[in-house]
Amino acid sequence: MPRPAHRRGELGVWSRRDFLILALESGVALGFASSGLALAQPPHGTSAKPGDPATLFEPTIWYSVAGDGTVVVHVARAEMGQHVGTALARIVAEELEADWRKVTIEMVDSDSKWGLMITGGSWSVWQGFPVLSRAGAAGRIALIEEGAKLLGVTPQECTAEQGVVRSGTSGITYGEIVLRGNLSRTYTAGQLDTIPIKSPAARRLIGRVTPALDIPAKIDGRAIYGIDAAVPGMIFARPKIPPTRYGCKVLSIDDSAARRLPGYIQSLALDDPTGVAPAFVMVYADNFAVANRAADVVRVDWATGDAINTSEADIQKRAGEMIANPQGGARPVDDPGIEAAFASAKRTLERTYTTSTVMHFALEPVNALAFEREGIFEIHTGSQFQTLAVTLLAKALGRPEDKIILRTYLLGGGFGRRLCEDYAVVAALAAKAVGKPVKTVFTRADDMRFDCPRSPSTQLMRMAWDSDGKINAMEHHAAAGWPTACIAPALLSKDPKGVLFDSFSISGADHWYTVGAQRVRALRNDLAERTFLPGYLRSVSPGWANWALESFMDEAARESGEDPAVFRLRLLDGAGRNAGSSPNSVGGARRQARVLSRLIEKSGWGTPTPIDTGVGIATTFGQERDMPTWVACAARVRVDRRSGGVIAEKLTFVIDAGTIIDPGGAEAQVQGGALWGLSMALHEGTEFSRGQPKATNLDSYPLLRMGNVPEIDIEFLPSTEVPVGLGEPATTPVAPAIANAIFAATGARCRDLPIRPQAVLQALSVRS
Amino acid sequence: MTTFQLNNRPVEIKSSESSPLLWVIRDELGLTGTKFGCGIGMCGACTVHVDGRATRSCITPVGAVAGASVTTIEGLHPEGRHPLQLAWLELQVPQCGYCQPGMIMQAATLLKDFPDPSDDNINAVMGGSLCRCMTYVRIRNAIKLAGSRIREGSHA
Repeated sequence: MPRPAHRRGELGVWSRRDFLILALESGVALGFASSGLALAQPPHGTSAKPGDPATLFEPTIWYSVAGDGTVVVHVARAEMGQHVGTALARIVAEELEADWRKVTIEMVDSDSKWGLMITGGSWSVWQGFPVLSRAGAAGRIALIEEGAKLLGVTPQECTAEQGVVRSGTSGITYGEIVLRGNLSRTYTAGQLDTIPIKSPAARRLIGRVTPALDIPAKIDGRAIYGIDAAVPGMIFARPKIPPTRYGCKVLSIDDSAARRLPGYIQSLALDDPTGVAPAFVMVYADNFAVANRAADVVRVDWATGDAINTSEADIQKRAGEMIANPQGGARPVDDPGIEAAFASAKRTLERTYTTSTVMHFALEPVNALAFEREGIFEIHTGSQFQTLAVTLLAKALGRPEDKIILRTYLLGGGFGRRLCEDYAVVAALAAKAVGKPVKTVFTRADDMRFDCPRSPSTQLMRMAWDSDGKINAMEHHAAAGWPTACIAPALLSKDPKGVLFDSFSISGADHWYTVGAQRVRALRNDLAERTFLPGYLRSVSPGWANWALESFMDEAARESGEDPAVFRLRLLDGAGRNAGSSPNSVGGARRQARVLSRLIEKSGWGTPTPIDTGVGIATTFGQERDMPTWVACAARVRVDRRSGGVIAEKLTFVIDAGTIIDPGGAEAQVQGGALWGLSMALHEGTEFSRGQPKATNLDSYPLLRMGNVPEIDIEFLPSTEVPVGLGEPATTPVAPAIANAIFAATGARCRDLPIRPQAVLQALSVRS
Repeated sequence: MTTFQLNNRPVEIKSSESSPLLWVIRDELGLTGTKFGCGIGMCGACTVHVDGRATRSCITPVGAVAGASVTTIEGLHPEGRHPLQLAWLELQVPQCGYCQPGMIMQAATLLKDFPDPSDDNINAVMGGSLCRCMTYVRIRNAIKLAGSRIREGSHA
């Protein structure tokens, strides 16, 4: 059967990069004051004045060079453990030819001049690299020009290195140039775009291990997180969370027991014009310990929403019904010939996979300090999406966006939780209600009940083989709550027929295997969205789409009677739309095949294993087709057939992430991401019951601990291609690799996450 | 009124005796290196030393430490250069960093009890300390590195 024709860029209509572009275009819809991503900027007013020691050379908004040679890089991304400031500063310093010892970073507060302030999607380095490289190069060019004048030579006779412009044996430092020169050069966006950047071979900083600039303060208690923010005269508040996320009304508040506590102030119901945090009651006190205790004894009577009757099983049942109905949903990929291929198939395979609700559990519970000062409402908190926060806060507080500022703090974990800015709204309303500075702190249980968790998902996979035994069609249907629909609906994507969908609920299903006609269908689980607010959680949909896809590819390989590695490699042929394109996905599926081949070579694939021990593999393209991080993972597990317990013994990764800015930081992100994947495979997960997550703390929500950590082997393939993301990709292949390993060890197939011992016993009994 | 030694300095506490030590340290005494994570003693972010023993300050009423010597991350070493802190720097352990003060305080008592800790020792003692960024691989390596430096006496 001839392959259906694929137009190039067909899948591009729903990439996560489009999220950024859409974000830009929908600036008005979100009320963005900025006209763009501020990846480039208009000419800047500040230029150096000769002789003034306070003078700064600031050729772009992204950094300044001071008279003492100090380079301050402005970081408009959240620091949540990825050492993003260090990575972005390295990119600037590389092209600026700065002396790294004189480079510092400044985490900036919200301001429209920074453009879209969002940290997520493993975007920061990928997105920052071209912009900051050129910004750095622009500064170097200007410093060389001015330095040449001061040295009495031509710019062509000069080079720059380590913060010094040199010509022959003479030289002048950047600091001196700033002090003595007349640096007035600024750049327009158009000018910046044309500035060439270094060839990979000429790099001095990128690719070398660097101590992260944020780490020293994190080992001696100096690091300040949102929860550490303080202002004189502040009082404290703890929320009382309503019984359901939506539809509740406060009927009465009884604080008689709290009034006996010294330091207790009052309890108030909040009126939230944004609708993100309805029916909250805030309990105020002089200090948090009292607010905490008081909230335990304040009694609130709520009229509850319908979700009080909703359980996880109801949500998954609804997902199953949606999938069973051929109508509905968006079809971001929908090749002609699907029906015919299945109708004429010699053989088909159909499997369903599910994942349970997963909580963010950022170790720092959500919190914020809020107060009004000199007409400006200040919110002090860790945030991953300041631009959205300001928009929401403007609505919540009834004031223009330019009268609101988010002060930036370290995040005690982000993982997507702090992309949803509902907690900032609660804190701002809490402060507005009493007209004084209020520090709102959620306890762990509050944080869990108010979380925007990873939605439970149900996915149906289908594959068809023709009479020659060739795969000629594949379908992937996924039903879940859609984060973007609930958090930033203006940023939904459109499928080729114009049907709206959330790319963060289906990305990952648009894989690079050549399988003939493909259909990818995204279904919005309305019951999930009426029950809770689905959020972005580390790796988002690639975290569940690959669970289904890579488990299914293993099952399909066995259905074909092929080795799962050989099967995958054969389908990663780079044909048609899987050829890849410049600049982000050069090489396409062949790069995915390359990481998988290298994994097979080094992981001992195909060699005998001890009894009840098995190796499973999985391969993914990280987060999205338009920014693929090529990942291959092998998991070795040992299964205890009596208890059903699974011990992960080893995880092996081979990754091609293009250019690696800092190998040490890259390794750390992969270690963390891999263990997140393992935690979600074997430990984490809860379920909704009566409209609330059942687990509200560590007594009921298991997480991976020190003793569960396997040996981890990580290899990055050398590359000079575009640097892509690393914060999430390693999370994506782990769960299916584990399930495939359990199958290899025992012949038992687990299709639901998490894989707890009871589920393994069940799968073993089905087999026997 | 409760009195105790905080980082070798006497303090008098105004909060009630039943107030958790964690919030007294953070809000009344203004030392914010000790963190709030779970509030039920199961994550370890609030770990301090009470008379040299690792203690979960979130579930310890301040009245219970009357007369005791309490050490927080700020007081572990006068210049922040305890062998564990140096190993943490060298191996670039922290990611978000929020759990790390508690992690280091827990590890400090581990090395007192097990100067040359086995993996099982580390799993047992550190098993109650949660790192949500999952920096466990580097934590383990840093504990071993610090242990070896202390044993060699080369950390001074």
